[in-house]
Amino acid sequence: MNSTTDSDMGSGLLNETLLRRQEKREQRALLSLALPSLLAVIAIIVIPVGWLFYLSFIGDNGQLSLEHYQKMIEYKSYLRTFTTTFQVSLLTTLLCILIGYPLAYFLAILPARVAGFFMLAVLLPFWTSLLVRTYAWLVLLQKNGILNDFGMAAGLWDEPLKLVHNLTGTLIGMAHIMLPFLVLPLYGSMRKIERDMMHAAANLGASPIQAFWKVYFPLSLSGMVAGSLIVFVLCLGFYVTPAVLGGGRVVMVATQITAILENQYNWGAASALGVVLLVATLIILFVASKVLKLDAALFGKH
Amino acid sequence: MGWLKKPASDTQLTHGDRLWLYVVAAIIMLLLVIPTLIVIPMSFSASQYLEFPPETWSMRWYDVYLESPKWMRATVTSMQVGVLTMLLATPVGTMAAYALFVSGHRAARALFMFLITPMIVPVILIAIGTFYAYGRIGLNNTITGLVLAHSVLAAPLVMIVITSALRNYDLNQERVARSLGATRLKAFFVITLPQIKFSLVTAALLSFLTSFDEVIIAIFVSGGTNATLTKHMFAALRDFIDPTIAAISTIMILVSTTLLLATQFLGAKQK
Amino acid sequence: MQSNADTQPSEKPTALPIRIQSLTKKYGKFYALDSVDLDIKSGEFLTLLGPSGSGKTTLLMAIAGFNRPDAGSIRFGDDEMILTPPHKRNVGMVFQSYALFPHMTVAENVAFPLKLRGVSAEESAERVDEALTTVQLASLGARGIEELSGGQRQRVALARAFVFRPRILLMDEPLSALDKKLREQMQIELKHLHEQLGVTTVYVTHDQREALTMSDRIAVINHGKLAQVDTPHAIYNRPANAFVADFIGESTMLPLTRNGSGQLSFAGNLISHDPVSAGDYSLVIRPERLSVIRETVSDPQQTLVFSGTIREFVFQGDTAFALASISDRHDVSFRFATDSASSENSLRPGDPVSLGLNRSDVIIIPRGEVQ
Repeated sequence: MNSTTDSDMGSGLLNETLLRRQEKREQRALLSLALPSLLAVIAIIVIPVGWLFYLSFIGDNGQLSLEHYQKMIEYKSYLRTFTTTFQVSLLTTLLCILIGYPLAYFLAILPARVAGFFMLAVLLPFWTSLLVRTYAWLVLLQKNGILNDFGMAAGLWDEPLKLVHNLTGTLIGMAHIMLPFLVLPLYGSMRKIERDMMHAAANLGASPIQAFWKVYFPLSLSGMVAGSLIVFVLCLGFYVTPAVLGGGRVVMVATQITAILENQYNWGAASALGVVLLVATLIILFVASKVLKLDAALFGKH
Repeated sequence: MGWLKKPASDTQLTHGDRLWLYVVAAIIMLLLVIPTLIVIPMSFSASQYLEFPPETWSMRWYDVYLESPKWMRATVTSMQVGVLTMLLATPVGTMAAYALFVSGHRAARALFMFLITPMIVPVILIAIGTFYAYGRIGLNNTITGLVLAHSVLAAPLVMIVITSALRNYDLNQERVARSLGATRLKAFFVITLPQIKFSLVTAALLSFLTSFDEVIIAIFVSGGTNATLTKHMFAALRDFIDPTIAAISTIMILVSTTLLLATQFLGAKQK
Repeated sequence: MQSNADTQPSEKPTALPIRIQSLTKKYGKFYALDSVDLDIKSGEFLTLLGPSGSGKTTLLMAIAGFNRPDAGSIRFGDDEMILTPPHKRNVGMVFQSYALFPHMTVAENVAFPLKLRGVSAEESAERVDEALTTVQLASLGARGIEELSGGQRQRVALARAFVFRPRILLMDEPLSALDKKLREQMQIELKHLHEQLGVTTVYVTHDQREALTMSDRIAVINHGKLAQVDTPHAIYNRPANAFVADFIGESTMLPLTRNGSGQLSFAGNLISHDPVSAGDYSLVIRPERLSVIRETVSDPQQTLVFSGTIREFVFQGDTAFALASISDRHDVSFRFATDSASSENSLRPGDPVSLGLNRSDVIIIPRGEVQ
């Protein structure tokens, strides 16, 4: 150690090369801790998805071709799938905002301890298997299910309503499953709004309603946008709930992908659809991350 | 009621003014919770059909579940895969989270974003991708293949939980330990780890649950004797409404509720 | 400092000098440390003083090993330390946040470095007791960290930093979280502790009063460079440049004119008789060194006189503070102790005033940027 100073004198600044070498060594050691994670993501995500990407450009005759993508433009069934996916995702997101905003607001104005208790109402479904929840909705909404029994017994309607195996059932189930993804970031951003802001607004002459719309709502917007984005993106690729509650009538992209694989075993077509789904997701997230800080929203989750 | 006239906020409002909000919130919370819990009473029905409330009570569907080799086998598989995923994802995710948090390297941020991509890529794509790739190397229908895929899904959650724990932690403690003579490794294990242990347990429980509840990858990648509970349940749901599912669902709700309460309890303790 | 070396009891750790050479740390294009050279004497209490972002903490962290410089050398005694990891540097360190381990008791915190060094349980207990007694927390060993007040936590952090008898002690703004009264009390205690331990101490603060109170020497640092390193007395009375003059204490700076023979004057008053080399110079006046002159000056050779008009007058209890405009466009501030009878208490804006400055209080510095 003692001789390092002298031996290093040739390289310009004192100890410069030695320090740089040590810095590199330490960074390498530290980053190697992330290596298992990195390899796993490469093995399970990058390579398989890359493979699908490649398959999507291989035509039925085994040559490079764009035929799978051309079919998407030509065939009406694809267009219907895309429209349905977009429609369901958008409606679910709107439904979540409509239901989630008052709930998040209610939780945010409570003292933190009490809010923690009521938060269980959001967390309990969040932690329960979505398959279980989908099943529960199936049971609730079916023709002679609880909701129809209750409605008819109460004289609200006479004929059993068709609540499931259609768009209605899908939307109900999906909104229920997605709601926590909206409420949690929204609640997080509402909690950050300082009470003094509302005091200041009142002091400056705003009525409670004015203060809400002019001060509180704009400040809660970042959480709402982040939450809505998460919901929308998750909806795009959703499979289980539409498959079960849609009863074959609500064909979203993910459902279509499995149908192609099950019925035609056409990897090229299925992959092409998957690539479109991924690209759409990435574009939305990319645009959104330019507009708002996405990682803040992701970290707000827990 | 005097309470209605009491001020509810620092700005002029009374609880009476906010009554509508309390009612709306209560309805929403009931709508969130009831559908989750409704299957519990129904699972104790003696009838062939799902009824609410059940006319006669019985443990019939639990017996069906417990006596079915298929369901038992699937339960064991799901538990196995869940535990193994937990054991793999928790240390791997924690290591990555710690490294990226401490390093301060230019690439750390980008690497973090890359490592949480499994949360962004639609699961259906991961499912068919791994199914295709596993087909080439014989990992389909194996525990190993499923654990690997589930670990990749769970690791980002671990990373996020651990990163946020590290944010609330004064890293100077690790520095001071090092200045007092501890190596970096020792400082982490003796000083940092005991203080983030609750987050670590939360992360582990989340990993388990991520795997235990996962459906889509399981549908594609698991099968035969290694099919998971969720795979069989999904198949049963598409075909007909089997009350056995209500019994299994009740057990799953019990598992996740227990784990949720455990994390809430640990979270309170962490503070 | 060397004088008390022979009076140290033998069990005290031998202090080590620190020699820092051409230490450079860059963040992108920003130089946090710009080729810093600093010799810290064995057993000395040296304070790194500077505004936030000046590089003082960076320098301290480099000495502790938490910050890898881009180039330079740090020697403890004869040993090059620049590549040595923190846990092998054997320096005690107190952080601004204290960084006490909340999952350990007070005694466990203090025993931590001893445990790492394989000290036996009995000896460890003894030394922990001794250290806690030194910081006046003898009875609190079994307490949890959460149960302690801010001042007590500070003392535990201190005890933990010196219990293993390091030869160098580093402190990063250790008192900044305490309230004013406690802070002033701790300043005196830290000074006593330093005298008792005799270790080389490097102390970081942005509080100039704290630096003046405690230090053997102060290194004023700005923009990653040392602006001046000297005793508190010299830093205050003979600032080397405009930054130090402005940053330490209050001051008024007046531009001086240099005549053909190299002498400096201000508004017709000859300030320095001895010629100086070419360049621009300023006169630095400390407010408390100016006095109001009633009669004619008895010894004009000894006292410089500036006449002007009062612009502001503020009574502040023990002292009064005033602003006077001299030679038409220059404002000088001055401060004097009040007494109940003095007629100076009744100065009003607009009053004419004569201000005297003893020639021995004249400070001349090269004119330069304050920041």
